[in-house]
Amino acid sequence: MSTTTEPKRTRASSYTAAASNYIDERTTISAVVKEFGRKIFPDHWSFMLGEVALYSFVVILVTGTFLTFFYDPSMAETHYEGSYVPLKGVEMSVAMASTLDISFDIRGGLLVRQIHHWAALLFIAAMGLHMLRVFFTGTFRKPRELNWVIGFVLFILGMGEGFTGYSLPDDLLSGNGLRIIEGLVMGIPVIGTWISFLLFGGEFPGTAIVGRLYTLHILLLPAVLVALLALHLVFVVVHKHTQFAGPGRTNENVLGVPILPTFAAKAGGFFFIVFGVIVVMATFFAINPIWVYGPYDPSPVSAGTQPDWYIGFADGALRLIPPGLEIEFLNRTWSFNILIPMVALGAIIVLPMIYPFIEHWITRDNREHHIADRPRNAPTRTGIGAAGVTFYGVLWAAASSDLIATHFDLAMEHVIHFLQAAAILGPVVAYLITKRVCLALMKKDREIALHGIESGRIVKLPGGEFIEVHEQLDDYDRWKLVSYNDYAPLMIRPNSRGKITAATRVRAGLSRWFFEDRIAPVTRREVELSHGEHHAAAAIEGEHQSAIGADSNRH
Amino acid sequence: MADDHGARDVVSAGHSARSVAVPVSASTETQASPGLGVVAPDRFENPGIPPHQPRVTDLDPKKEKRAERTVYILFYLSLAGSVFAIGAYFGFPIEENNIASTRMNNLMLGLGMSLALLAIGVAAVHWGKALMPEEEMIDQRHPVTGSPATRARAVEIFDQANKESGFGRRSLLRNSLIGALVAFPLPAIVLFRDLYPGNQEDPVSALSRTMWKEGVRLTRDPSGTPIRASEVTLGSAFHVIPEGLEESEHYLEEKAKAAVLLMRLRPDELNEIEERKTWSYDGIVAYSKICTHVGCPVALYEQITHHLLCPCHQSQFDVTNHCEVIFGPAARPLPQLPIAVDDEGYLIAQSDFTEPVGPSFWERASVNDN
Repeated sequence: MSTTTEPKRTRASSYTAAASNYIDERTTISAVVKEFGRKIFPDHWSFMLGEVALYSFVVILVTGTFLTFFYDPSMAETHYEGSYVPLKGVEMSVAMASTLDISFDIRGGLLVRQIHHWAALLFIAAMGLHMLRVFFTGTFRKPRELNWVIGFVLFILGMGEGFTGYSLPDDLLSGNGLRIIEGLVMGIPVIGTWISFLLFGGEFPGTAIVGRLYTLHILLLPAVLVALLALHLVFVVVHKHTQFAGPGRTNENVLGVPILPTFAAKAGGFFFIVFGVIVVMATFFAINPIWVYGPYDPSPVSAGTQPDWYIGFADGALRLIPPGLEIEFLNRTWSFNILIPMVALGAIIVLPMIYPFIEHWITRDNREHHIADRPRNAPTRTGIGAAGVTFYGVLWAAASSDLIATHFDLAMEHVIHFLQAAAILGPVVAYLITKRVCLALMKKDREIALHGIESGRIVKLPGGEFIEVHEQLDDYDRWKLVSYNDYAPLMIRPNSRGKITAATRVRAGLSRWFFEDRIAPVTRREVELSHGEHHAAAAIEGEHQSAIGADSNRH
Repeated sequence: MADDHGARDVVSAGHSARSVAVPVSASTETQASPGLGVVAPDRFENPGIPPHQPRVTDLDPKKEKRAERTVYILFYLSLAGSVFAIGAYFGFPIEENNIASTRMNNLMLGLGMSLALLAIGVAAVHWGKALMPEEEMIDQRHPVTGSPATRARAVEIFDQANKESGFGRRSLLRNSLIGALVAFPLPAIVLFRDLYPGNQEDPVSALSRTMWKEGVRLTRDPSGTPIRASEVTLGSAFHVIPEGLEESEHYLEEKAKAAVLLMRLRPDELNEIEERKTWSYDGIVAYSKICTHVGCPVALYEQITHHLLCPCHQSQFDVTNHCEVIFGPAARPLPQLPIAVDDEGYLIAQSDFTEPVGPSFWERASVNDN
């Protein structure tokens, strides 16, 4: 046997060698393999959120390409003659008819359409969670601030892709969504009316918008998205991935598995799992059943209209505005019922985007940070994040205010009033609670690092005193509790010209807000001191550590 | 506040070959200011990588064999899934006018593809986790910033380029270049002006009129049959379009402005202001169906309370008080269409709306003045 297999293997390997040689002589691919083949990737479950976003985007590209072969972005009127009987003969746009054909007359068309839509929902959800992970672990800090901004732009582009794609079938629901966009755009001062007419090529709905959105959806936005995504990943390589604090992990190294083979197997396999899960969803759960909604018509609408989930926060912001916020001034109409939500949405997008620069301005910490913070160890930042999440969540819930009212048998007005209050008070409450919880967790960590874990063993001392024996942590466990970055508030001092500027005062104020409630990491000296104070306990602990089970003799 | 940041993170562990990679002392990190960061002088030192815990597949060859078997069985399952999906494409075709066949096609195709994808994924991950080495390895990071020599060279190149081109010195050249570069994209922007072609109606005038005019009959949406006043019984509501809409060249655009809701209340329930007393007919009133907030159809009529509700953002309008806003984000009442009855008893419009319908726009206030 061995004699027959031996030459075969040689031939196979020599073929591989020849092919590799052929390619390398023309591409220097060996340098790439040498550089990246054994690059180390750290492991943590939260690092896969970005991967989910990346993989679902690949799925979107693949399925979207298939759909373009069958979809026709025309708003010309036609009579539907496809397989879906209830709509036979109904007048609709060619765009709607071709979407119905994809759904009912092309084998696998419905599946691919549903994969595309589910993947889009997952794409944006995964991006959002990935951003929350990055925010709450502080991994937007130097040197990753710019990549944070790029990521943010990707998120906005993702929502733009979602909305443009959602509008392409030209069905009743998406048409109402477009109508809302038109109403919003028209509310913009000075240029609103014209922007709307340019966008729709005239009055709403016109016959141009679907074709224009199609160009945006399959050409312009994806091109920008792919370019920025590539840049985003280049930066991940340049910066090397962050890692969580742990024994052996430092700011100057990365611990993990090499790309070839382990990371490639895990990440490559994970791509198929993500793809597979999306296909399972597309197989069993219908999404965006446009045949139920019917073609767009400006007059009918169904109760309980809902946008796709990621547009919900914008729709909710519109719903929470109290009546009457519009004035006529200087012979012009000022629609504050449109402008206030627009500003709120702008703030939701811009404030987090510039947050890294604000935090850096306060700390002036110019070190590179490659160790992810545990969220509790940055209580103010975590509190701010919780406030932002709460605000977003309230707006998002408001997009379903009518469904909340009908499902829970509440008055529509009460739901809205509650959410209006929650939008303002909720973030404050969330901030306060989160910050306090973080500080409490830090105190607990400090307590454990100083005194160890309660072992549950009660011991009577010779003097009659009862104490509980604490087990000291080992070095590895303690390291996780003590190795975090510590900051102190800025002391106001005059600058070189003997002045205290307003900016310094603001910065000092902000730094107090951030770092006044400060729990410093435990130092070696503190541990030694704490042992001195509880001398007797320490002695027993020492004894315990040398002789496990010795306590039974003490009874 | 002495910065010993670079030195403190030294890994002191001595496990197998990995300790080789560890010692890190001075790097550019040491120079970077920690700002408000506090670095305690007697911080704990990094204890180094804990001892590696081998997996069952590392210790037990039987378990290793079993993992191997699991992986290849899954790969074969994936293969079967792909074959099944191809079979399902042909085996469960879509039959004309048969929705159940579409569903079956979707289900079978999806099941095959799901199996194909998930099995590959689970197998590859299992291979990676159970059989490939999982002991953690170390890569050294390098400061992102270029080395001092590289940076100096970059500065030097820029200086040289500046000298050779005179970019800094010849300010007229530079400024005229900047001017040209700023201006050259502008024509491209101007080109987009005809997204709404210039030979079309002015937007403000288009938004200010609808198909309604004196004598146009109110007809049912979507059938287009005219409505007699006597057919509008007390408490009923009609979705209305203007007569002739069907033949209109811009059907959807006209409908988006002209859609109207027609309701009949008891005349004493209507609190009509003096100048609009003639706009209704025996308790029959007509209001624009297009919400004054962002333009959704205000399609829900509560017969008991005489409220109109917009299903998009829940603005509510009180029909008894000229559709004034009583709840929600809308700011203005729905415009009222003045109606009358013609010789044959059909409802007709007295005129167009007296104000633009639908969402607010910047120039709207000036339209009201004219």
